[in-house]
Amino acid sequence: MDEKKLVIDAHDIYYKELNEMVRDAILNKDYNIVELDNVNGQRYIGDAIEKEATIIINGVPGNDLGAFMSGPTIIVNDNVQDAVGNTMSLGKIVVHGQASDVIGYGMRGGKIFIKGDVGYRVGIHMKAYKERMSYIVAGGNAGDFFGEYMAGGILVLLGLEEEDERPIVGDYLGTGMHGGIIYVRGEVNKKKLGKEVGIVDMTDADMKELEKLLKEYAADLDLDYENIMSKPFLKIIPVSHRPYGRLYAY
Amino acid sequence: MRRSYLIPEFVVDIEHTNCRRCKRCVMNCSYEALSFENKVVPDNFKCVACHRCVVYCPEQVITVRKNPTDFKGSANWTDRHRLDIWKQAETGSILLTGMGNDLPYEIIFDHLVLDACQVTNPSIDPLREPMELRTYLGKKPDSLEFVETPDGKLKLKEKPPKNLKLEIPIVFAPMSYGAISLNSHKAMAMAAKEMGTVMHTGEGGLHEELYDYGQYTITQCASGRFGVHADYLKRGIAVDIKIGQGAKPGIGGHLPGEKVGLDISKTRMIPMGTDALSPAPHHDIYSIEDLRQLIFAIKEATGYKPVSVKIATVHNIAAIASGVVRAGADIVYLDGFRGGTGAAPRIVRDHVGIPLELALASVDDRLRQEGIRNHASLIAAGSIRSAADAIKAIALGADAVAIGTGALIAIGCRVCQTCHMGRCAWGIATQRPELTRRLDPEIAAERLINLLRAWSLEIKEVLGSLGLNAIESLRGSRERLRGIGLDSQTLDILAVKAAGK
Repeated sequence: MDEKKLVIDAHDIYYKELNEMVRDAILNKDYNIVELDNVNGQRYIGDAIEKEATIIINGVPGNDLGAFMSGPTIIVNDNVQDAVGNTMSLGKIVVHGQASDVIGYGMRGGKIFIKGDVGYRVGIHMKAYKERMSYIVAGGNAGDFFGEYMAGGILVLLGLEEEDERPIVGDYLGTGMHGGIIYVRGEVNKKKLGKEVGIVDMTDADMKELEKLLKEYAADLDLDYENIMSKPFLKIIPVSHRPYGRLYAY
Repeated sequence: MRRSYLIPEFVVDIEHTNCRRCKRCVMNCSYEALSFENKVVPDNFKCVACHRCVVYCPEQVITVRKNPTDFKGSANWTDRHRLDIWKQAETGSILLTGMGNDLPYEIIFDHLVLDACQVTNPSIDPLREPMELRTYLGKKPDSLEFVETPDGKLKLKEKPPKNLKLEIPIVFAPMSYGAISLNSHKAMAMAAKEMGTVMHTGEGGLHEELYDYGQYTITQCASGRFGVHADYLKRGIAVDIKIGQGAKPGIGGHLPGEKVGLDISKTRMIPMGTDALSPAPHHDIYSIEDLRQLIFAIKEATGYKPVSVKIATVHNIAAIASGVVRAGADIVYLDGFRGGTGAAPRIVRDHVGIPLELALASVDDRLRQEGIRNHASLIAAGSIRSAADAIKAIALGADAVAIGTGALIAIGCRVCQTCHMGRCAWGIATQRPELTRRLDPEIAAERLINLLRAWSLEIKEVLGSLGLNAIESLRGSRERLRGIGLDSQTLDILAVKAAGK
């Protein structure tokens, strides 16, 4: 498809107005690339847009970036705030910086690639169903409750900032998890694991899946793929599909 | 096997002399309490008093009774306390249950009576004069400004906020697809369409077969985000953010793995047979400001459709509701502590929260005092058992009421409180195909339509006796209520006078 690009200067534009402009450009005027300059905390960019298009963001977007989104690709050339990809269904969000808390909450499909660190409760309640897969890859470190309540999909933590002396992940990793897979590059102190998950051996199928995903990640973020693959990975999965099955008397 | 110290809760009696041994009762018993060995043999331990066998026995020879075995009497150590302790001593588990609070707390609705016209003001005959039940839910503007068009006519300066137009002030409460069957959802959707009202989808998403009923549904975004996607949010006429549920304030949803079959697994996007866990809070909402963030994420997603926020009635509910309205909610859905559930720990269901009547009155008062009552409509829910409860709730300050358990009773529910087991013999609170097909959605819809019609007629009858011809004239009109046998502090909170005054 031919490229049809619109550039919007977002300086001093209220979020409601900005989002109307973005929606109008993509849904009514058939622009397939919308570049937003001087973005400064405007919320809900890409919210619930159900069409393929690329949104390029220069500046730091506000919370709920790409919430309920189903199709677009969002490229952020800076950091992002909370709740990126909140309940998103399809599409891709690539962040060339760091991300804050609750990334990909209830995500039902699509990909979120973060170059740097991520905050708390990343990948909470991610889901997958058959061919509908959701993926989050974070390049730096993560806070507590990584993959909490996870029900499906793939969550990857790389810890690429080798000089960073903090532990790669916070406490309660995968707590309440009952589906999906978490891959962590390097070592994880077992004390960090939630009581519903365990570490198992990587299989060839796991490596194949990871290689495909991380090649795409490295290409999108201009990172060295070989360097990413230079350390072994750990696989973390739930030990039970019904972690609370015995909690109740019927 | 170690012997259980429990005794059966119910006893099934079969009058064998008149039994024709057709085994219909055995086939109908989804709890496997009946078997056939030359004659019907009950296993009393398994009976939950769902009455399926009683209703379907062609000879009417089955009786289900409370186990008549007496316990040594004690007003303190009730039978229930003793049975619960035995059960927990044998399992070490939390007691799980279904439906609403069943403890004998005082029911305030039953201590409120309505006024009627006598001599000094005329009553109205609803059979011959028009009577309006139409209700608009949503934000109403603080004031109206007009501009003159070139042709000299007046028109509104700003478009008023979108409202839901209901023909009756009764909606169906959120009961998720998962907790109840698709056929139950279908029946409510059909009835809502016929009666000009709406059904809430609950948190389990909306089955594709019901997408055509979108304008009669309020979709829900709950903490598990099950079945929530852009198309779903846009389908409904409004979106409800579920913060709390009357039956289990402060705790999340828990759809037991037994009920997660193929279709539920697909709609909710979780593996079959796993427990569908909704986190206790929405993890993107830790404050009123965060709630505002989600409300507006949904408004942005839906082109600014009304957003409802459902909260359970707990202490300080008036302040909480005020915050919810200030966060931008167009509807506040108050779920009282008698509200139903598909599964909840009994300790929470029975001991957490406050009665709807008190919450409703104090929320309505607070919103009026703060001058923001017009910013949001109030839906009152949590055991509305009759048109009388509905009328009293509206007089206490609600714009509309929601019925959940009441609607299920209309289509066959016997309130046996075992929804969490997923074996509902009436095809309502189950996902087993052999059971769900017992519920014919068209027949069930007809029963719901009849119920709503009957209640609407009763509401009109009472409005007429009050001398009112529109339901909105009754809203928050506490002067038309009086209390009997309520203490002065309760009357004070309700802002209702004692009977005789």
